[in-house]
Amino acid sequence: MVGVSRSVDDLLTPPLTLRQLMWLRFRRHKMALFGVAMLILLVIYSFGGAFFFSEAYANTTNTKMRLQPPMAGHPFGTDTVGRDILARTIYGGQISLIIGLTAALVETIIGVLVGALAGYYGGLLDSVLMRVTEAMLSVPQLFLLIVMAKFFGGQIPDLTVMGRTFSGSVIVIISIIGVTSWMYLARIVRAEFLSLKENEFVLAARAIGTPRWQIIFQHILPNSIAPIIVSATLGVAGAIGTEAYISFLGMGVRPPTATWGNMLDGAYNYIETAPWLWIFPGMLIVLTVLSINFVGDGLRDALDPRSRAT
Amino acid sequence: MGTLLKVTDLEIRFHIPEGVVYAVNGISYIIAEGETLAIVGESGCGKSVSMMSILGLIPIPPGEIAGGSAVYQGRDLLQLSDVEMEHVRGTDISMVFQEPMTALNPVLTIGRQITESLTTHLGMNDRQAEERAAQLLEAVGIPDGVRRLGDYPHQFSGGMRQRVMIAIALSCNPSLLIADEPTTALDVTIQAQIVELVIQLREQLGMAIIWITHDLGVVAGLADRVIVMYAGYIVEEAEVDSLYNDPRHPYTLALLAALPRADRRRDRRLASIPGAPPNLLIKPQGCPFAPRCQFVLDRCWSDTPVLTPTGSDHGNGHRAACWVNVKTGAPR
Repeated sequence: MVGVSRSVDDLLTPPLTLRQLMWLRFRRHKMALFGVAMLILLVIYSFGGAFFFSEAYANTTNTKMRLQPPMAGHPFGTDTVGRDILARTIYGGQISLIIGLTAALVETIIGVLVGALAGYYGGLLDSVLMRVTEAMLSVPQLFLLIVMAKFFGGQIPDLTVMGRTFSGSVIVIISIIGVTSWMYLARIVRAEFLSLKENEFVLAARAIGTPRWQIIFQHILPNSIAPIIVSATLGVAGAIGTEAYISFLGMGVRPPTATWGNMLDGAYNYIETAPWLWIFPGMLIVLTVLSINFVGDGLRDALDPRSRAT
Repeated sequence: MGTLLKVTDLEIRFHIPEGVVYAVNGISYIIAEGETLAIVGESGCGKSVSMMSILGLIPIPPGEIAGGSAVYQGRDLLQLSDVEMEHVRGTDISMVFQEPMTALNPVLTIGRQITESLTTHLGMNDRQAEERAAQLLEAVGIPDGVRRLGDYPHQFSGGMRQRVMIAIALSCNPSLLIADEPTTALDVTIQAQIVELVIQLREQLGMAIIWITHDLGVVAGLADRVIVMYAGYIVEEAEVDSLYNDPRHPYTLALLAALPRADRRRDRRLASIPGAPPNLLIKPQGCPFAPRCQFVLDRCWSDTPVLTPTGSDHGNGHRAACWVNVKTGAPR
């Protein structure tokens, strides 16, 4: 063995980290990769597009140019009051994506909190929280959305963030979508906690005096992160869809702030005569929701520890 | 040496759909500072439950502490609030469990799990805690501690994980370590290493140890004093030599006779105790061991024997709960 100076450590291949394993599994999912690529393009479209058109332009009405079909100068045509649809899909995309992400965040926070507390503590707290969850589930979400949108809509003044003015209804919509969609996640998290809390590592952590909140959020929660991530991802798609239909009903985000959803409002009367009113925002909604769902599926497989695909 | 923990008349029950399980029926014992006490007995005799109740680790309900006290440094542990108890666990009394494969959180690094109690209980900052964690790993015989802090539990073997568990339990220098069958899940050579490690750490740190086991062989090399439990009762308590040389309860006698020994003839079958442990759903009447006892008297069926000093040498604290003198088979 003269000249061989490698130690045992050098000969060992370091095991794949969890992240590497996840990436290996995720990348086998062709549709999920397509979804990621599509979402990146959509984000570039919505946020990069802002460099070519100002928001003021997107909100400029010109009744002489109303309902123009796609043409030079207005490649996506104009809407019922003569606004440029291309510019509005760009600014509307920003709002729709932000609503999707933040509403899913609200949903995830509420769902995780309710599920974690119910699952960990059990007993009376569990019963109360789960009855509330069931009560929320038994009221149709659409009904809740409409009532809450009517009740809270317009009560919040417009707000200005980074030099841009948003309709206060954006905040209302984010909150009500979040508040009406956390129930399934809460049930998933509760079920995870019910089984995880029986693990010996929870007992061992308690035996060395780890405080409860630390056991809940630092020991058990990381073990149930996979279904939460998947659910949160699909929640973004759900929230974008929900925003679209409540805005379509005219109770969502108020004009002039554009969203993909409220661009459809009013297009209803022109389904055949001016299809460009709904084709472009509609297509963007479908593409976004579809891509997110593909990504969600990919994540589900990639994060599942029982999945053997590498 | 002063008394560290004094448990008196501890009674624990579990309320399950089938009825009430009388898990622990009024046990009392004392452990002195720096002493090693072994608790032996077969599965389900209340060894683990009595220890876990002291640390507030049994679920209530269905569990119920029906009576007794556990005084540690002037405070009754059974009366402490959850928050006070969280502070006692880890800093004053720590526990190591049987199953090292599941007692570590699979998604957190070893480093995170060791530093946790250091930052929680001792208020160390992250850097101090990591330094100390690396030292602890080296102290329990895991070389290259600094590098291994970033590893996950699945990168360690069973014996190594038990070493990590011990490092975690000892991180805040507790004065009492409760080891609940820490070697049962390990193979024999590793068992010996872990026992050796605990002995060495006991010498360095001077903590008292309560070692729960059903392996009398391990007890002999480790413990100062032994408590034998049966069906939720303490049936015998003695210094380790006295127990092995001069067992005074029929159950202890039978347990020792059942030990496989290298110096016995190989064609002999291993001795066993006839019958099965009692059903704990029924509150025992008389001596719980009576149905399996070779010395049983009429009296044993009606009167529960109390743990009393026995033999001529009352001074060394050898106590047994039995109506019979096992040497002669005559009543005492």
